[in-house]
Amino acid sequence: MQQALSGSRVVDFGTALAGPLVGALLADMGAEVIKIESKTRLDGFRMGRPIIGQDTAGGDEGKWPDLMPGFHAVNRNKLSVTVDMKTPDGVRLVKALIKKSDVVTNNYAPGVLGRLGLDYPSLAKENPRLVMASMPAAGLTGPLRDMVSYASVVAAASGLMSMIGYEDGEMVGQVQGPWGDVVASLTVTMGIVAALRHRHVTGRGQFIEIAQIEAQTTMLGEALMDYQMNKRVRGPQGNYDPNMAPHNVYRCAGDDRWVAVEVATEEQWKALCKVIGDPDWAKDPRFQTLRSRGENRKELDQRISDWTSSRSPEEVTELLQAVGVAAMTVMNVEDHFTNPHFQHRGFGVEVEQPMVGVEWLPGFPWRMSKTPGQVQRHAPLLGEHNEYVWCSIVGLSKEEYERLVQAEVVK
Amino acid sequence: MSVKALAGVRVVEFSRRVSVSCCAKVLADFGAEIIKVETPGSGDPARQHGPFPGDRPDPEKSGLFLTLNTNKKGVTLDARSPKGRELLTQLLRKADVFVYDLTPAEADALGLTHADLNAENPGLVCTLITPYGATGPYKDFQGADLSVNAAGGITHGVGFLNREPLCLPLFQVSYMAGLTAAIATTMAVLYRGAGGEGQLVDISESDVLAVLIDGIHLPTYVYRGTSGHRNGRRARMGRFPNTVIECKDGWVCLHVPQLEQYLRFFKMIGEPEWGKNPRYRDRRAMAEEYPDEAEALLAPWFKSHTKQEVLEQLMAYHVPGSPVLTTDDIFHSTHLRERGFFSVLTHPNAGALEYPTPPYRMSDTPTELVQPAPTLGQHNAQVFVDLLGLAPDDLKRLAADGVV
Repeated sequence: MQQALSGSRVVDFGTALAGPLVGALLADMGAEVIKIESKTRLDGFRMGRPIIGQDTAGGDEGKWPDLMPGFHAVNRNKLSVTVDMKTPDGVRLVKALIKKSDVVTNNYAPGVLGRLGLDYPSLAKENPRLVMASMPAAGLTGPLRDMVSYASVVAAASGLMSMIGYEDGEMVGQVQGPWGDVVASLTVTMGIVAALRHRHVTGRGQFIEIAQIEAQTTMLGEALMDYQMNKRVRGPQGNYDPNMAPHNVYRCAGDDRWVAVEVATEEQWKALCKVIGDPDWAKDPRFQTLRSRGENRKELDQRISDWTSSRSPEEVTELLQAVGVAAMTVMNVEDHFTNPHFQHRGFGVEVEQPMVGVEWLPGFPWRMSKTPGQVQRHAPLLGEHNEYVWCSIVGLSKEEYERLVQAEVVK
Repeated sequence: MSVKALAGVRVVEFSRRVSVSCCAKVLADFGAEIIKVETPGSGDPARQHGPFPGDRPDPEKSGLFLTLNTNKKGVTLDARSPKGRELLTQLLRKADVFVYDLTPAEADALGLTHADLNAENPGLVCTLITPYGATGPYKDFQGADLSVNAAGGITHGVGFLNREPLCLPLFQVSYMAGLTAAIATTMAVLYRGAGGEGQLVDISESDVLAVLIDGIHLPTYVYRGTSGHRNGRRARMGRFPNTVIECKDGWVCLHVPQLEQYLRFFKMIGEPEWGKNPRYRDRRAMAEEYPDEAEALLAPWFKSHTKQEVLEQLMAYHVPGSPVLTTDDIFHSTHLRERGFFSVLTHPNAGALEYPTPPYRMSDTPTELVQPAPTLGQHNAQVFVDLLGLAPDDLKRLAADGVV
């Protein structure tokens, strides 16, 4: 099937999550993505003890790099080559591959590819249609350019973290998910697809620099406006929203189960009151307008909790959504995996992996009617596609290829 | 003048959601022509959101609206009136992309289902952004940012276990959904440019989060049957330190997974010998079994250093971490200033303000901010008269009738 990015080839130097996710999104949409790896310097997501069945590796730790499910999630649909970039022959091979490619992505620190002679100006001389993206934490210039970071560090340095916490000021900051990485990956991916469109029109490639911190800070415009307009430094704001009341998550029956409820209009407020049996407290003048409900939200939240605490979040969701009031279970990954709506939407996809058997990986973040994307292959075994890439794409002879394998350039 | 990456792409934005506004803003930053359609009178709800100068509500001075709508044109049009609906049809015939947020019932009532749109303009890329998507049991459900945080698996991971879980601030999940939608939309534009047709791009805000953020936990759940839980300021998985701790004048986030980084970290705080102590070498146990003890070790050093001092030390020792910067710190950041991160735009009502520049630094196609957010109906004449060919008198009549 013709996909949106069919016919594009991507050279992916990404490691861990932020880099590889870019390649994975492009691969889902039909690009041929070739992951550049090395057996001596493994992608961090290939390292460690696998969490899948203990006996799968049969006690052979050499198989571990192919058994990491986190790696499988962000590298499915890709091809893998292993090459020693510390040798001139290794660099020559990679350059020859890039010459025949459309996109190069990496999440190395500033200067790493340049030291190998793989800087954009050199590569573009050979391939003026090349689109290349870099995504250092703080950018390629400026006093913090050498900052070392991971997702949570980006959240801290961007300003986001300072506003994550309770309304009473208790700081939280931590998001138990790769938020900062995903923001950076999406921003880079957007730059790449826009550059591909420009290239389609003009025939010219270009270089894209994304500072991960800036990618996140641009999403905080509202707080930067408040700072300028009112000299107000926004702190943690909890679940409070000035334009809705009730607006919170409420404890439900069961072990740590919660439901979110959002009321925007008076019509919805009346509908909610009806569902909970039009209790006397709801007729209190303090709860008659959005503004007064907001001012008295502590007491309001207590009343709503009294009602939700004997019900499951699914029951509350069903009762309130039936009358047009926004409500939703606070879901975790088990909910996503088992909930009929998320199953319908394809939250998980089954992929056959040669060493593990069938495994579940996350699906697609979009649904496109003509170019839906697909998972065509499992995440590659380390170096699985050396012969195909170096011989069929780059054009090495069988003899030359064998020589480079013997010389441990391809390894 | 340089050509922009999405020059020549015309987008009609028709919505009340932050995610849709954000999607169109990303396309605008790359040079697409955005025609933002608002309801006459009240306009986009983001105009009521604020923040406002002096906290005095003014639909032309809402900080959220101002930042979400730079580089766009704005028109007003009542799509429920037959005349307004006809104008929208004419506009969509001349558009490449339609970004909108209608529920199935609303789309039916307005005659804006995907089948209707496709019949009018088969080349149109229709990007529909809703909280739960266009299909599935929840397709008719209501939901704004808080619901999407809950459904997407974000809320579940934020907060202390003995308190309620939290959403992310400032519509973050709507921004992420909008950015994702902009990528899919651009791919659909590429596909069409390569000879394909228009298509429906169905974006569920909660799918975006579930797949991209919570999806990373899926293998752990499948193999171990566990889903994890929120864990306050500490990450629930991984090696110590992966936490947020207090310093002299604020907070510091540390995530130090590699052993070499960890040994440098002990040097940084003047305790290189600690790296040899077996109790402080078992970093999984430190994170999972005795995190209080482990953090108490670090507390005195951090409590006696300011955010700025901590940042300098982290940079000097190449340790992954950062002070938790506030908007005050960000606004005065030497690093961001040196990189030219802020751009001044002067809005006729809100005046001169500094806006964060789009984060895409492209060597050939600039993405700078060129114009402030439109005032309500600012481009009515330009769009309805110049583009659609309406007679100026007809526009006056429509304005008098409240259609525009």
